[in-house]
Amino acid sequence: MDASLNDKVKVAILGSGNIGSDLMFKILRAPGHMQLALLTGIEPGSEGLARARTLGINASHDGIQPILDDPEIKIIFDATSAHAHVRHAKMLKEANRIAIDLTPAARGPYVIPPVNLGAHMDEQNVNLITCGGQATIPLVYAVSRVVPVPYAEMVSTVASLSAGPGTRQNIDEFTFTTARGLEVIGGAKQGKAIIILNPADPPILMRNTIYVLLESEDVDRKAIVESVEEMVAAVQAYVPGYRLKNEPVFEVREMPEGKRTLIAMLLEVTGAGDFLPPYAGNLDIMTASARQVGELFARKLLGE
Amino acid sequence: MKAPRLTDTTLRDGSHAMRHQFTREQVKNVAQALDKAGVPVLEVTHGDGLAGSSIQYGFSLTNEMDLIEEARNAVTNARIAALLLPGIGTRKELKEAIARGIQVVRIATQCTEADISQQHFGMAKEMGLEAVGFLMMSHMRPPEFLAEQALLMESYGADCVYVVDSAGALLPDGSASRVRALKEALKIQVGFHAHNNLGLGVGNTLAAVEAGADQIDGTLRGLGAGAGNTATELIAAALDKLGYEHDWDVFALLDAAEFVVAPFMPFQPIPDRDSIAIGYAGVYSTFLLHAKRLGKQYNVDPLKILVELGRRKTMAGQEDWILDVALELAKQKK
Repeated sequence: MDASLNDKVKVAILGSGNIGSDLMFKILRAPGHMQLALLTGIEPGSEGLARARTLGINASHDGIQPILDDPEIKIIFDATSAHAHVRHAKMLKEANRIAIDLTPAARGPYVIPPVNLGAHMDEQNVNLITCGGQATIPLVYAVSRVVPVPYAEMVSTVASLSAGPGTRQNIDEFTFTTARGLEVIGGAKQGKAIIILNPADPPILMRNTIYVLLESEDVDRKAIVESVEEMVAAVQAYVPGYRLKNEPVFEVREMPEGKRTLIAMLLEVTGAGDFLPPYAGNLDIMTASARQVGELFARKLLGE
Repeated sequence: MKAPRLTDTTLRDGSHAMRHQFTREQVKNVAQALDKAGVPVLEVTHGDGLAGSSIQYGFSLTNEMDLIEEARNAVTNARIAALLLPGIGTRKELKEAIARGIQVVRIATQCTEADISQQHFGMAKEMGLEAVGFLMMSHMRPPEFLAEQALLMESYGADCVYVVDSAGALLPDGSASRVRALKEALKIQVGFHAHNNLGLGVGNTLAAVEAGADQIDGTLRGLGAGAGNTATELIAAALDKLGYEHDWDVFALLDAAEFVVAPFMPFQPIPDRDSIAIGYAGVYSTFLLHAKRLGKQYNVDPLKILVELGRRKTMAGQEDWILDVALELAKQKK
């Protein structure tokens, strides 16, 4: 039974920067079963807090405290930093709230909505990995559910303007975490991640290339393509700008170990432009995934 | 006048032309020959730096860590360097490379993105390495802009910052003005790395030295990406003729190029049609072999692929876009 759209769960956003602001617009545009009760930051002069107030959303610069003070707020999106989230995670757990972590802190399990969220609906803290992970892991999973994947590699190219200081100062963490996600959730035995920043003006749309190496030259290409197309549609349901530029490209490669099938998938993500510009598909996929995870938790709390 | 410090990167940039198929034996022989000829620094890594072994760039035949160790064991005086591109390699590989014998790390970012290198410079300095910054695709931005990026690397602890002409797209005055801008802005040393796509490897390097470059790069026989690099033996001979004081042995370098490297080279990189197109369009030199292969596979002119990649303002390491462009051009032909 579907929860009535009139039933809402109160949610809050921690972090009044670009990500927090974009997420705010996404929830306001499509609240589903969520009611955005509060946006908090730590800078009294933050543009994000001012923006929330003009939209009629309560805003505070007292960080996590006002969220803890309101027991009605059940779901909290953390768009601060990995460092801050380590502290927030503990406090939110003690207060028995659900934390959806958009930082690389990874206190809870990694989740990708159409791949493994169902298995983690009893968790109190879930982590959204990285933007590149949200974009590429679903497609590696789409292949690995058809045929074993010994090796998967992703290359993420993002516009310089959409890579914030957090990403820049922790670029190693992006590659570690994303590679790990390709393995743990994507189902690849070995994962590798590469990130490239491109400063072109006008900025490029977020682009990802996913390479999957399969054990033999003889694979069921049709089944793989169907599985990938199904997954693209599943992601598009919450990230409308997610699309493959081409059908998966198959090639048989001579490797030292013998003949192997290589699949290349060229992916483009256009942001919805809710607050951040459309080229920032990397940020859009994070906030869109967060909204989707929040909505599913809200429905669960409402007893769907 | 004292000659600039010469770093030979046959065993790193040359890895591109070798399709990353260097063997231990080749590395040992090249390292020994360069060491004997008095070259003070040798760079040994996958062409795209630590952890570059991938589908995107090509898998290494031999683990680069083993090659680093092989080179370290082959030399008596020379120092071993590794290249690291943040976003591809991480501090994890840097740590292992240090354990296997590197004493110098060269940390490369797009010339606009120096601020992604802070954690890597931090670790390098903490572990007692010489740390050199590499501003790749330097032709894409004017001298003053590059100087600002170089200042960031200096603030992270760099001992030297290089103007890197990854596309072999610079002309001599553009090379000199960029080096000069860095020399004026920085307290640390300044270097210059050339590609020969427009036939200006030696010319640009000489212009950079005249403008004050403290460090320069070369590869034996010019073995490297695109039309290759400034040939180590050529620049060594030219600087000798110009009267610079140096510690290298010109004839020993000629022998190393002729008798050690030339016999195993799959081809002699030269400014041919597609390589000139790389310099002309200003794209990453390593795109050459990938564009040739995909051009053949999809029956598209590699020159057209390369020019389109230039129009799209691709940067270092974006090899996956070559497939994208090849597919699009193939569709248009139908």
